[in-house]
Amino acid sequence: MQLTDTEKEMLDGKDGEAVRIAMSILTDIGDAVEAEEMTEIVHVHTDSGFYLGDAGLEFVEHLANLAGKVCVPTTMNNTSFDLERGLSYGVSQDLFAKIKRTENAHLKMGAIPTWTCAPYQDGIVPRFGSHVAWSESNAIAFVNSVIGARTNRTGDLIDICSAITGRYPKFGLYLDENRKAEVLIQCGNLAENIIADASFYPLLGYLAGYQAGNKVVAIEGIPKTVSVDNLKDLGAAAASSGSVALFHVIGVTPEAHTREMCLKDKDALQAIVVTADMIRNMEEKLWTVADDRLDWVGFGCPHFSFSEFRELAGLIQGHKVSKDVRATVFTSRNIHAWVRQLGILEILNNAGVKVYTDGCLLLFPQNKGKTGAMMTNSAKAANYIYSQAGLKAAYGSIKDCVDSAIAGKIIRRGSAWLR
Amino acid sequence: MAKVIKCKCRVSGRREGDILTTDQPVSFWGGVDPEQGIIIDPRHELFGASVAGKVLAFPYGKGSAAAPMVILELVRAKKAPTALVLIEVDSLLVSGPVICKHFYGETIPVVTLNHEEFQLLKTGLHAVVDGSKGEIVLSGSAF
Repeated sequence: MQLTDTEKEMLDGKDGEAVRIAMSILTDIGDAVEAEEMTEIVHVHTDSGFYLGDAGLEFVEHLANLAGKVCVPTTMNNTSFDLERGLSYGVSQDLFAKIKRTENAHLKMGAIPTWTCAPYQDGIVPRFGSHVAWSESNAIAFVNSVIGARTNRTGDLIDICSAITGRYPKFGLYLDENRKAEVLIQCGNLAENIIADASFYPLLGYLAGYQAGNKVVAIEGIPKTVSVDNLKDLGAAAASSGSVALFHVIGVTPEAHTREMCLKDKDALQAIVVTADMIRNMEEKLWTVADDRLDWVGFGCPHFSFSEFRELAGLIQGHKVSKDVRATVFTSRNIHAWVRQLGILEILNNAGVKVYTDGCLLLFPQNKGKTGAMMTNSAKAANYIYSQAGLKAAYGSIKDCVDSAIAGKIIRRGSAWLR
Repeated sequence: MAKVIKCKCRVSGRREGDILTTDQPVSFWGGVDPEQGIIIDPRHELFGASVAGKVLAFPYGKGSAAAPMVILELVRAKKAPTALVLIEVDSLLVSGPVICKHFYGETIPVVTLNHEEFQLLKTGLHAVVDGSKGEIVLSGSAF
């Protein structure tokens, strides 16, 4: 790898031991993937604050104790539970203490305790074309695709090394030639009532992930009016069924004004014409419940947006969640403050919906050893709640989830592809 | 009898162990227990197998960007593979071994092979993976 003089000094320890370690790691990774040089990073979204075990914790504490400091704005991905309310819902003291240590190490290094998997909803929007190092699969897909800042799938713990050095090996999606789509998903034949249905987008993303794997994918036939939430859900799902880090929506996302702009090689292009049957098939893959029994309705994977809160509150106001069902929402601290100020939180509390910050729907402590059924509006959550947490999953729109929570059993109104 | 295969070094170091190989991609996050080193994905053909101390050979990685963290935990728990042999290099898969090198001083060489040479690796054979020399020396009853 060709390093600049500044980077060589970092590697030689001139900027301290934490910088030396971080730069050594990044240089070795650059050599492994045959990157020619480093690129300068202007923002990091780190998942190093996620507590998986003591090794990761000891690594970040080591960097913090060596006086490591982030040199670019560094936001933190969600942790496993709500740091204010987690103890009240059964998080162990031991885990709580470990996560506080992780948080302290990051704060000492200057990271921002955003604790959200959807930093783009908190106003964290890097400039178009800028190079960033983001972790968290849905956030990676969003920042590359919808914002047009550039990141690879940055690994946990590598992200904090990037934050300390402001560098990342220049390869993959930082380079123009790797940002063109090799897979084209065509939605032009789908009926309007499918395209207009919010619960179509997670399924479209799920399909795109299956088709594209880790390739860049372009999607055609989506109107300009598509919402940010639709795009968020699409990307989160595509990054869970596949490893999609960049999707173009032709005529919508910033690197895809036209087909020509975003497609790689016309001859080698893999094109898929989406049918209603294919969307139904994706929904069927997500359903792992055997009957209509319901234990839990889960929202906020990725973290719930302000507009999703408004929709939820409008649907549930004046109703009560069935006593047999737990209804939970995960969101960021900022959005939590906004919905509290606007009285939305009170509406949800009165209806029996619990709203949590910082944490993750998929890592709710009561998941462990449970065999219940969860309904969600998130394809990503329906996928992982089964494969990682072992709960059975049902999928539907926010309205389906609300109707089910009130009725105490799973209700799925027919979207057009189900009829 | 031994057979020498040339490979491309991604992370240097020389380690040896019995081979555990699969044609299926491996997801460390959610796919390998970080404390026990057991493959826990019920859909994987190596479900239930231990990666600890093995030369783990698989074509490419998949899944979450938390792979480096899982590998670091495996090293701390002394349940990590001794080497990774891949077809496609992946920055997430090399990251774990690279951090281990600089944090624990522990070497897990990572090398890549082409598809044909990858097929020479068989579960149960013994392999010395020498990333620095760019070669794998296979030995065992099959030779």
